[in-house]
Amino acid sequence: MNVGWSFLIFLVLLLIPWVGVGVLGLQGLFVTVIPYVCFLIFIVGLVYRILNWAKSPQPFKIPTTCGQQKSLPWIKHSRLESPFNTFEVVLRMVLEVLFFRSLFRNLRADLQGKKLIYGSAKWLWLGAILFHWSFLIILIRHLRLFTNPVPSVIQFLDYMDSFIHSFGVPPVYITDILIIVGLSFLLLRRLVDAKVSYISHGSDYFPLFLILGIVITGVLMRYNLKIDVYAVKQITLGLATFKPAVPEAKIGTIFYVHLFLVSVLAAYFPFSKLVHMIGVFFSPTRNMPNNNRAEMHVNPWNYPVKHLTYAEWQERFREVMENAGIPIDEEVEKEEHEWYTIYGPNKNLNL
Amino acid sequence: MSLPKPDELISDVKLHSTPAKDWMEIKPELRKGYYLSIVEPKYLEELDLNHMGKWQPYDEKWPLPDGWQEKVKEELQRRMRINRAFKLFMDICVRCGACADKCHFFLGTGDPKNMPVLRAELVRSVIKGEFSTFGKLFGRLAGARKLDEDVIKEWFYYFYQCTECRRCSVFCPYGIDTAEITMMMREILLELGIGTDWGIKPVHNSYYIGNHVGVPPQSFKENLEFLVWEFEEITGIKIDLDKYINRKGAEIMFVPLSGDYFAEPGIYTMLGYLVLFHYLDLDVTMSPFATEGGNFGFFNSLEMAKRLHSKIYDEAKRLKVKWIMGGECGHMWRVWHQYHNTFFGPIDFLEVPKSPITGTVFEHAKSNKIIHIVEFTADLIAHGKLKLDPSRNDHLVVTFHDSCNTSRGMGIFEEPRFILKHVCNNFVEMPENTIREKTFCCGSGSGLNAGENMEIRMRGGFPRANAVEYVHKEYGVNHVVCICAIDRAALPTLFQYWVPGVEVGGLHELVANALVFEGERSRDVDLRRRPLKTPVKGVD
Repeated sequence: MNVGWSFLIFLVLLLIPWVGVGVLGLQGLFVTVIPYVCFLIFIVGLVYRILNWAKSPQPFKIPTTCGQQKSLPWIKHSRLESPFNTFEVVLRMVLEVLFFRSLFRNLRADLQGKKLIYGSAKWLWLGAILFHWSFLIILIRHLRLFTNPVPSVIQFLDYMDSFIHSFGVPPVYITDILIIVGLSFLLLRRLVDAKVSYISHGSDYFPLFLILGIVITGVLMRYNLKIDVYAVKQITLGLATFKPAVPEAKIGTIFYVHLFLVSVLAAYFPFSKLVHMIGVFFSPTRNMPNNNRAEMHVNPWNYPVKHLTYAEWQERFREVMENAGIPIDEEVEKEEHEWYTIYGPNKNLNL
Repeated sequence: MSLPKPDELISDVKLHSTPAKDWMEIKPELRKGYYLSIVEPKYLEELDLNHMGKWQPYDEKWPLPDGWQEKVKEELQRRMRINRAFKLFMDICVRCGACADKCHFFLGTGDPKNMPVLRAELVRSVIKGEFSTFGKLFGRLAGARKLDEDVIKEWFYYFYQCTECRRCSVFCPYGIDTAEITMMMREILLELGIGTDWGIKPVHNSYYIGNHVGVPPQSFKENLEFLVWEFEEITGIKIDLDKYINRKGAEIMFVPLSGDYFAEPGIYTMLGYLVLFHYLDLDVTMSPFATEGGNFGFFNSLEMAKRLHSKIYDEAKRLKVKWIMGGECGHMWRVWHQYHNTFFGPIDFLEVPKSPITGTVFEHAKSNKIIHIVEFTADLIAHGKLKLDPSRNDHLVVTFHDSCNTSRGMGIFEEPRFILKHVCNNFVEMPENTIREKTFCCGSGSGLNAGENMEIRMRGGFPRANAVEYVHKEYGVNHVVCICAIDRAALPTLFQYWVPGVEVGGLHELVANALVFEGERSRDVDLRRRPLKTPVKGVD
């Protein structure tokens, strides 16, 4: 159900530029207005999300400690799993963000009769790594369309990515293959694994279809349906320099489809689960040091609570304590006696 | 307890098949043995909390107060406003499913709503359905639904099928911590007036009496008297109890757990603490008013947690001690380590903990001035300050159960193992994927250790018991050591059910067993009066 609907939505999106350019001839709309609007939504949306998270305070220091704390000097402290200072936190985050370290730990649990067995489960990690890294490299690679002259770094990356020249002309990008493998795995996993399929919403399939659509149109453009690269570069450079222009040459509808899907992805990004890309940096269980007892953390909305005082309590139990020979504290008696008086939860606190 | 036999209990668990219906279409069916009773209104009243009158979860219609929907929405939004973790965890889950088979309740029930991702989705869906434009436009396709009475029932049912053990958060690529979500949801339920009997009564007891089981000060002393009397009977060594209770001006305040002086097997751990203090002639005292480290407030709301734990520091101030030491407990240490400095600090009326025996300064506790007794003892052993004879624990084949909160909320792994290796000769680790940060919960933590929900407890504890069963059969393990009072209360029941023949105890019980006192007399039993393998030869 969820798969079907999200695929349908994807197909509709696919048809929009096809009809818009192929039938109605609205090239201008698709190469200028839509990309700009979508890119603007992307930027504004992302800034909004970041500010929105940053606005909420993190009241408590709650790192997940997956390794030995720093305590006694002769005990080896796990600097990555239980970071004690900012440097160690940065290391933990870098490994998390670049190499998906927590996911690498993944396990598989299974019931064999009455026995629970556990095995390593790194496929998800591998699929995710393939997809994300390829996506990043492809993104950077695309900068050659937006720059003139193309910086040597990007040229080098482009060269490295396609160093297998023998496959044909133009050379095949390794990342093109890897991203398709990664995405297909992630999609198949959602469809095949009963558990994952059960928890998947349409909004989990849709981005996969969308990105797969972008990748496939991109690949088709490069290897099969030849397009006018010179005209494309005119458009992209125009977009990048804020002098958008509609080229006179015929590029081929597929390019407009590709660009439209990218625009949709950009606009969809800040409002979907895809913001995990930014969110991961804010995750308090990973980005906080485990120096809880050494450094005080301040909760900006901390407020005083009153509990029963010792004096009140001692009054209640004085007799039995005396009988049991438990010392009575006479000094506290002078305190004001307020039996059963407490602040209610968050009373008069407008949080 | 009308439980099916162990073999039958998990025969219905299927980890790889899911219901034909979408989870949103499956209405909550509250199974007996899976949920907790609701507390009597008077306890909520006396704590100045809301209540919904007299009712129980099995009632067809719950007496939800007028305007409850608005209230819940408001509370959800407020929590997103004041707690980044909650907001973020609601936003960034990609439903990759890495957490799915990590939850002990999922492994023991096969119920997909016990997968951490789906447990959180129970809330996420409402947030999407009520507050997000996308959610309102696309409904179920975007994973959104409306808030109705069934949702509240479901929240109650499933958020009390979470023991806040954080195992899922270890594996989540974004560190989403279901324990935080569970805490928020229980808070919101409590705002409506839904409080469990086993969650609120202990809070009430801790609040007005001093500990969660409601042991009054005189009984606290009597229980300890019994323990030291037992010790004297067995070893001939007399412990002067008076100096440990409510004495002002001691160097250290010790905070025990009621579970440790209330019932077996915890009492032997309590005795272990006292024996160690006596051995070292440590200048330590306990407040009869703060006789509870285990914080039941934490299982209900942060406000409650703060109310209960604050008095420990107030007592330290009153008793004019220099620093605080805490016993072997789980949630107590999560609260103390991760929350309490923020609640109460800066703690400037105490000194940085320094061991009077070894001179070690516990720098890592320099701000909130509390240390774990395990850290203290490990330091003693490392400095050779304890004369230990590990062969006195030779009748035991020991394994160590890492308690969830001290593991994933504190990072204490090596200290207890270091101590264990010095106090016993037969120490076996459980399988790698079930220990340390991957440790499994006892299934009864966070206020679930009641009688009416026995089935879910046995199911939830199944992964832990299964790992113990493995080392029991393979290596003859007959004793599980843990550093959590709830473990000591819950694991014996669990093992009785799944792995008969395995006993449970705290770390300091074994320390006390192994301690060699000068001039001690001969004996042939341990502190539990179990026969020793090699009797102790003393100077009789």
